[in-house]
Amino acid sequence: MDRIEEIRSRVALHEYGIDNVHTTDFPGNYAGYDDSWSQEKFEKNFRIDVKKLDGDELEFDMIGIDAAIANAFRRILLVEVPTMAIEKVFMYNNTSIIQDEVLAHRLGLIPIRADPRLFEYRAEGDMEGTAEDTIEFQLKVKCSRNKEAKEATAPDEMYKDHKVTTKYLKWVPVGNQSEIFTEGDIKPVHDDILIAKLRPGQEMDITMHCVKGIGKDHAKFSPVATASYRLLPEIILTEPIEGERAERLQTLFSPGVIQLENRKGKKRAKVVHARRDMCSREVFRHDDLKECVKLNRVRDHFIFSVESTGILPPDVLVCEAAKVLMAKTKAFLTELQDVEIGGRKDA
Amino acid sequence: MEEGKTNVHRRLEVIDSGNTEADSCKTFVMHNEDHTLGNSLRYIIMKNSDVQFCGYTVPHPSENKINFRVQTYGKPAVDILRKGLEDLNKMCEHVLQTFENSVSEFKESQPEDVEMSDQ
Repeated sequence: MDRIEEIRSRVALHEYGIDNVHTTDFPGNYAGYDDSWSQEKFEKNFRIDVKKLDGDELEFDMIGIDAAIANAFRRILLVEVPTMAIEKVFMYNNTSIIQDEVLAHRLGLIPIRADPRLFEYRAEGDMEGTAEDTIEFQLKVKCSRNKEAKEATAPDEMYKDHKVTTKYLKWVPVGNQSEIFTEGDIKPVHDDILIAKLRPGQEMDITMHCVKGIGKDHAKFSPVATASYRLLPEIILTEPIEGERAERLQTLFSPGVIQLENRKGKKRAKVVHARRDMCSREVFRHDDLKECVKLNRVRDHFIFSVESTGILPPDVLVCEAAKVLMAKTKAFLTELQDVEIGGRKDA
Repeated sequence: MEEGKTNVHRRLEVIDSGNTEADSCKTFVMHNEDHTLGNSLRYIIMKNSDVQFCGYTVPHPSENKINFRVQTYGKPAVDILRKGLEDLNKMCEHVLQTFENSVSEFKESQPEDVEMSDQ
């Protein structure tokens, strides 16, 4: 690869630093390159390969896009894709040892399986809520002694209802919600999250309102457990590495990255899965090997990893993220129109 | 100041530079926006060869807005911003399409077990 091309398309990992970190392919930066924006060129180069989609986990490669855009998707996934979460807690009785405010906070963090796309944002200051913007849950538990187990010493046998889990949350339809949703549609994602522990005589009587919100406002609204990307590693061996050096080289990278091949009775190192490398740069601590290895990362190859909290499938979340960014651009396009009309009136 | 009245609920403000001739240099204030839109829009506008300079700042971390600056070689900055937004929108549309296609392709190549683990 020629030097200019390398600066443009690779991030170079050196012993004491990282080079070519920033995007430089803007018009006027390189003679002989047309770097102006072209949708056709973008569509030709852009690719998405789904690598893993398993329940709540998604891994995919996004190739041929700039970090600015990939990062926008990541940021939107974290804090701008809406979900439903408990926001208002009405505590009629709580005689457990867990304080009201701590309990309210714990309740808020419970992921609620309800499609946020079917709900509206609740208007500011509205305490009542309507069927369009509110989901109501009720939690009514009273712990009692298990009379049948006199000899028992284990809490599980001695007491009834002493572990308050999300299983106890009962959905209360608001307005016409019972016609739109069925019992299973709206419930906590997991029914075994421990909320509090009770002892005989202690009780809880709580009503909760779930509203639609985004992670920017409170992390409980974030639809993902993690959403991150890394650049595809590239490892280049600039000269053949054989024998003991090859074996040592193999240990300096993540498992599976370097394979040893038999070449005329000698072991020779070969890079087989650069993708698996974690880019520790351990190789640069070996003086006899560091000159033979070049470590890069491919600037426009993003390995995304999205892990949903279970409210929406991860592939739906990524689609929603793209829609959020599109909504932003559309909102400002209309704003721009209004500004221009206003400007012309002034003139 | 006269603009303050009409811009109460606006998310986009155009800073009045006092120089009506300077259509090619403008600072826009985008309310309720951050690096998410700021950086992606900056990237796509810098890709425009009519643009001399494009950058943005977050003036203060607890103020929910960005200052977005566009300087061109002569074209009105407003047009450049519009083109940037349109390009970004088209790009997102393509990303969304490509992603949806890839996911459905992937689901077809992995029968059943994807559906099963979803339950």
